Amino acid sequence: MTNQHFIYLLRLADSPLILAQRLSEWCGHGPVLEEDLALSNMALDLIGQARLLLTHAGRVESRDRDEDQLAFLRMENKYRNLTIVELPNGDFGQTVTRNFLFSAYQVELWKRLQISTDTELAAIAAKSIKESTYHLSHSAEWVIRLGDGTEESHLRMQTALDQLWPYSAELFTSDDTDRSMAESGIGVDPSAFKTDWQSTVSQVIGEATLTLPADTPFVSSGKAGQHSEHMGHLLGELQYLQRTFPGAQW
Amino acid sequence: MVATPLTEEQAWSVLRTVPDPEIPVISVTELGIVREIRTGPGEVTVVVTPTYSGCPATEVIAASIRDALQAAGAGNVHIETRLSPPWTTDWLAPQAAEKLRAYGIAPPGSRTASQTIRFVAPSPQCPRCGEKKTTRLSEFGSTACKAMYRCPSCLEPFEYFKPI
Repeated sequence: MTNQHFIYLLRLADSPLILAQRLSEWCGHGPVLEEDLALSNMALDLIGQARLLLTHAGRVESRDRDEDQLAFLRMENKYRNLTIVELPNGDFGQTVTRNFLFSAYQVELWKRLQISTDTELAAIAAKSIKESTYHLSHSAEWVIRLGDGTEESHLRMQTALDQLWPYSAELFTSDDTDRSMAESGIGVDPSAFKTDWQSTVSQVIGEATLTLPADTPFVSSGKAGQHSEHMGHLLGELQYLQRTFPGAQW
Repeated sequence: MVATPLTEEQAWSVLRTVPDPEIPVISVTELGIVREIRTGPGEVTVVVTPTYSGCPATEVIAASIRDALQAAGAGNVHIETRLSPPWTTDWLAPQAAEKLRAYGIAPPGSRTASQTIRFVAPSPQCPRCGEKKTTRLSEFGSTACKAMYRCPSCLEPFEYFKPI
């Protein structure tokens, strides 16, 4: 039970952590200054959420691991993020499309976790939902503006959606950990809010004049610790400082 | 020499002089993040609710609170983080709005229970010339808590403290 609770919290923490790492790559490279600021600001929110969740996970695990050890010193197969967040950024269109699919998911997730029996998790959810709602609005605005934009921007947004869509299946897979956390009232089974997520997504995609791709049999497995080939490279950068100067502090 | 214990009221007075590091015209108490102060023999506990999860000012604020209280003779200072209920701009002190405006930041409007996915962009009054119809430039600004706007009347850009 404790172990499942720990794994569940790692899953919740790792997706924001890894997406924050990807969004940080945009710092200094944004297409316009305002979006450079926006992507870095959102990365900051996500790092903040990850820190709270990792600190809490460390306490639940009771093995004296703090947020830094958990963020920087695990092996690749111990990270439990959804695969979609570790994929390379692609162009700006692909980055905002992923932000959109992910924030829409986070909003539904936080909404339900606000009543978690784990009171610390409930508090983190109540705080994070405000931030994720803002991220959702930001990304939805761009999906609509670029999807329903020029011929070129429309094409790029459709390509982004087509490429990312197969990775959305993993968002709603549930395993023993999810089910046991849902039963205990600590967590929520993600399959329970698939319809709500779909309704947000199809509304925005429709307004953006884009076409929802068909589902495929492919299901990624990042939350089980099996990652894409991109994860090792991402961790190389994320972990560089702590691996080179163990125990370094700000 | 034994430090004279600080009373709760004295501790509050000290914190009223500790500025927010990013918006130094308002104090940490006016920002509404100090939720409770408890005093005991030779120690003070300050309960702080952070604004945004990743706000980099959080640690600077904790350090400034500790320094100010210790300088006032508080002895041991404990900073306790309380996440729930989450911070809201409704907790800003009434006088904070005028201070923000004078500093060039439009104060947050009332929170709208947004039922839409897309932004419903408010039109905050220009803090410089008072123009009511302003344009949003960006949903994000120099810090997590602000958005960027432009005034079509005095042509100046300004920041808006986002209501959350």
